[in-house]
Amino acid sequence: MRIPLIAWLTLQEARRRKLLWVGVVLGLAFLFLFGVGYYFMYRDISRQMGPNNLQMREVSNFFIMAGLYAANFLVVMVSVLASVDTISGEIASHSIQSVVTKPLRRWEVVLGKWVGFAAIVAGCVLFLGGGVVAIGWVISRHAPPNLLSGMGLMTLEGLILLTVTILGGTRLSTLANGVVAFMLFGLAFIGGWTEQIGSLIRNEAAVNVGIVSSLIIPTEALWKRAAYLMQPPALASLGITPFSATSVPSPAMIGYAILYTLVALTAALYLFERRDL
Amino acid sequence: MAVDDLNLAVERGEIFGFLGPNGAGKTTSLKMLLGLARPTAGAAWVLGRPAGDWRVRARVGFLPEHFRFQEWLKATEFLEVHARLYGMPADARRRRVGELLETVGLSRHADKPLRDFSKGMLQRIGLAQALLNEPDLVFLDEPTSGLDPLGRRLVRDIIHSLRARGITVFLNSHLLSEIEITCDRVSFIRRGRIVQTGKLEQLLAAETEVELRVNGLSPELLRDAARFGQSVSLDTDRLVVRMVGEEGVPDLVAWLVRQGARVYSVTPRRLSLEDLFLRLMEGEEAG
Repeated sequence: MRIPLIAWLTLQEARRRKLLWVGVVLGLAFLFLFGVGYYFMYRDISRQMGPNNLQMREVSNFFIMAGLYAANFLVVMVSVLASVDTISGEIASHSIQSVVTKPLRRWEVVLGKWVGFAAIVAGCVLFLGGGVVAIGWVISRHAPPNLLSGMGLMTLEGLILLTVTILGGTRLSTLANGVVAFMLFGLAFIGGWTEQIGSLIRNEAAVNVGIVSSLIIPTEALWKRAAYLMQPPALASLGITPFSATSVPSPAMIGYAILYTLVALTAALYLFERRDL
Repeated sequence: MAVDDLNLAVERGEIFGFLGPNGAGKTTSLKMLLGLARPTAGAAWVLGRPAGDWRVRARVGFLPEHFRFQEWLKATEFLEVHARLYGMPADARRRRVGELLETVGLSRHADKPLRDFSKGMLQRIGLAQALLNEPDLVFLDEPTSGLDPLGRRLVRDIIHSLRARGITVFLNSHLLSEIEITCDRVSFIRRGRIVQTGKLEQLLAAETEVELRVNGLSPELLRDAARFGQSVSLDTDRLVVRMVGEEGVPDLVAWLVRQGARVYSVTPRRLSLEDLFLRLMEGEEAG
């Protein structure tokens, strides 16, 4: 069983190639900017409203959601960019040859890499998402509801993109793979918006476009559900914001997303097992 | 199709050379033996198991042709990781890594990252990587490409020490001098097919070119001499006869003397591997 070794190697590579270092430094910069901005906004607005005003809680939650929305984007980026070259790049450089000719099965290599990157994705959610929430708490003594489920869904969103990227890497070149992953994400993104607007103006066709796009890749649906969970009902029904949910994806969508990830991962293991290296 | 109708058997403990021009199918054959590529038809067995069986790979070492390793690792770490990929226990890992760095002459660079290695140094560390598990069978794909003469000598010495320990070596190369110095048996591959296999000694002894310095050869005599070889030519007093094996040389000399020719020198010259290689590769080109 070499999965832990490959996962460890993946993390080491991320560290040695300065991915971790750059991620932490820029992540801290992001959190710092968010913190400073939030501090001043909160100070001015709470002066007018008073900190214990119910409306003030809504405003706080809105700002924290804005931070989480940005964090969510960064997690998506990291999920794709960190893993986009891992398989296709090692195939192209032939360095994969000295690994898969060792006494291990090829699927162990893919699964080990997946585990390593999954840890990075989860760490990223914890660091950026958790950082935003922690800063929000320190400044306004307010934390969004359902944090655990919300962050869990953000992680799952990252894992879907990670898995799709790993799957693409078994057959596509690094460049094509990156394009596919981001195009899929963009498709789900625009589909999600179409669905929101469609549901607001009660246009069924637009809603269906959104549903189909979240079946193609359920990333945006997961974010919508995470956003729905992490804000008080009053804010959620505020209308159209990047984290409002006029049509909330059902819990069944979570089941679909997990299944989607498992199928994509299995396909990646299978395709890598079958190809000539 | 890179390889077609390829039949090959390598004996345990021999240094086997797989020879052919670039693109003949050497690497493809090797990939199939290692399970990196699948044959569309046919089967291969490695150490008694079907080629590509992952368990067999515990006893196999491999130096890829386009060796590129995890360049962000230091030399020691690289070998350590690959020893772990082999599933070697910690104490064996430590011992082997130290030994092999010494063997390939990289002890001084143990803490250097691979990205700072020269091509020759990478080749050496790659060779060390292929020997970590003390394999029974080692596949080397162009192991001396990119090496300076010292490096080539080192590879040759390592191959010889492997032979001394009874380890089988499968050597892919188009560098004929390497093959000539190291291999017991060779196969020539051309356009994915084996065109000749045999012990190097025998293949090379199969044809001899004898050069004689002779006086008093009449044109009739020269014509009669043709029965001793495939071709006979005379340039003033230099008679060149090409014959199968060396057995015919004394007969030729005895016959010349009996016919009244005066023989000053006899120089039998064996076919060089290069001659043989070129003949095999070109011979078929015409046909």
